[in-house]
Amino acid sequence: MSLRATLRRGLDRAERGLDPLFGPDWNPLANLGPLGWFLFWIVAATGVYLFIFFDTGVVDAYASVEWLSNDHWFHAGVARSLHRYASDLMVVVMLLHLAREFVYDRYRGKRWFSWVTGVPIVWFVYMSGITGYWLVWDQLAQYVAQTSTELLDALPIFAEPIARNFLTPESLSSRFFTLLVFLHIAIPLILLLAMWIHIQRISLARTKPPRGLAAITLGALVLVSLLLPASSQGPADLATVPAVVGLDWFLLGLYPVIDMVPPGVIWTGALLFTLVLIGLPWAPPRAEAPAAKVFLDHCNGCSRCVADCPYGAITLVRRSDGAPFLHEVEVDAGRCVACGICMGSCPSSTPFRRSGDLITGIDLPERSLAALRAEVIEAAAQLTGTGRVLTIACGFGAGGAPAPGRVVLPCVAMAPPSLFDFILSRGLADGVAIAGCAERDCQNRLGRSWTLQRIARERDPFLRNRVPRPRLLTVWAGPSEVARLEAETAGFAEALAAMGPYADQRPLDPAEARGAAAATTARAEQIVEAAK
Amino acid sequence: MKGRARHLILGGLVTLVLIAVVAWFSAAPQWRSLPEQTALLRLSFTHGGDRSAACRDRTEEELAALPKNMRARQICDRRRPPIFVELEVDGATVFAAERDPSGLAGSGPSRVYERLLLPAGPHDLTVRMRDRPDTEGFDYEATRRVELAPAQSFVIDFRPAEGGFVFH
Repeated sequence: MSLRATLRRGLDRAERGLDPLFGPDWNPLANLGPLGWFLFWIVAATGVYLFIFFDTGVVDAYASVEWLSNDHWFHAGVARSLHRYASDLMVVVMLLHLAREFVYDRYRGKRWFSWVTGVPIVWFVYMSGITGYWLVWDQLAQYVAQTSTELLDALPIFAEPIARNFLTPESLSSRFFTLLVFLHIAIPLILLLAMWIHIQRISLARTKPPRGLAAITLGALVLVSLLLPASSQGPADLATVPAVVGLDWFLLGLYPVIDMVPPGVIWTGALLFTLVLIGLPWAPPRAEAPAAKVFLDHCNGCSRCVADCPYGAITLVRRSDGAPFLHEVEVDAGRCVACGICMGSCPSSTPFRRSGDLITGIDLPERSLAALRAEVIEAAAQLTGTGRVLTIACGFGAGGAPAPGRVVLPCVAMAPPSLFDFILSRGLADGVAIAGCAERDCQNRLGRSWTLQRIARERDPFLRNRVPRPRLLTVWAGPSEVARLEAETAGFAEALAAMGPYADQRPLDPAEARGAAAATTARAEQIVEAAK
Repeated sequence: MKGRARHLILGGLVTLVLIAVVAWFSAAPQWRSLPEQTALLRLSFTHGGDRSAACRDRTEEELAALPKNMRARQICDRRRPPIFVELEVDGATVFAAERDPSGLAGSGPSRVYERLLLPAGPHDLTVRMRDRPDTEGFDYEATRRVELAPAQSFVIDFRPAEGGFVFH
């Protein structure tokens, strides 16, 4: 097992451990991005509130922070603590988010954009926090200001060393201090812009955590702010050195290193770290299947695939082939990860077709609908006895490994609902198990939601009413939950055996099966050729 | 205890503990940036080397070749000369360096910012600077005996308007 697979199983195990405590949909590890946004807004709102009471002059800054922390602890003091603790928690959430996306391999290939645009966010979060600590103008602020400016002065871009502003009590002017206040407003605004850019290449980006998780997080932050209020560390005095300071190890954890290592090493290290992070998606790049391809003869521009694509890779454009429809769809190959969700959303994706080639409106060149039908027929042939379960599994979940009677897909939403109907009505199996990624942790973001809505007959293409819902099992399990998937599938098989065979079968005749297989091979070759 | 109430309570407790840990690490453990019984001496100033040493008068031919409104008698290099700075503590030279002018054209001031940790107690400080390349020795020099307290920040600045080096 590769290192990444081991890490992935370990992280999945940790995440699944939190499921019973929070519920899968409130699991904080599956909501790190939305939590980051939520914490940003808490920090922004409390920052605006604190600014009402904060004095931006260097002489009165410390006094104003003390006043709001002590005399008005019940509102402004709580806001200050919230401001600090939410910022620290944002660092934790951000670093976990970064590590998690790396371990789950969601940063390479066509998904490079979100990763690369996330790198500046790391630095802007740190810069926002560091400039915030300056404003309290206590001893920690003095230490941070002097260390930061000495580090900046190592860059040959300032005519006058900035650190000279912090040499003596007389050298720091209120005007310069006001500039620091401006920086603490401007940098978070740039951070917000960077966060907005970060989510531009995904559709329906989650920027709000579930309400319950938001309530838990905010409630805990308020409670801790009341129990352990943030405090200052004595007024700054430029005539002395703040020899001992209580560090914020989340935002200022690198400062001891800056104290001990020459500035050139720090800047070189920061630059290398940034370049390595930015370069990771190409070290090495992920080998991805060719992008989805549109077949206009079978596309009426209904836009279901546009709505379902998790990566905004499909757009609706003016019709180009003279067919009597207003629109057709176009795939941006630079964004398409070949998850197949578009194929599952296309009303033309019906495996029941018996005349001619099985072609759909939007297909995957390397894993066509025709090939999928053939795989299903082949997998069904491996099933014996009563209570036969054919599993449609996600390659990133508990059912990712090949097994008899199992078809592994890049995403379970690649399977159109008509495929489940086909499996049951042709008697290929007594029931279908849909084994997707862990709840709230869909590798392709929206696959689980779309699958659930389609089989609940809430989202087009709907599962036909004739399909008995008890013959469909959905299991949302991560890679560490193989045993749970097997147990649930076994229980499902027993239930199916008790139900007996599906009554309205019209079995696949041998000629149809052979024809499907032949068509599959020919069509697959044709599509691969077309993609070239 | 079922459903969401269970998640609110258990999830809330886990989150509370996590945020309490975060709050604790937001101000602890402490970091000592300066050893005990030590003071910080900083030698810091910006000063442009004197360009006049490299100036010369134009010849009559050179002046005649210029338009009338540009016939300045003296011509000076745009680039400033480097300055040379030396600091002695208790008779030992602890810093001696030539500092080039700043700016792409070398027309800006030279910058000096040096940190030095000293044991608390009495010290004899001597600082010297040469800002003209043709000077033998130094153009500025100052000596001071100081009594440094632990964690004191002592600064040596340079202000020509105040006669040279200034001790804070």
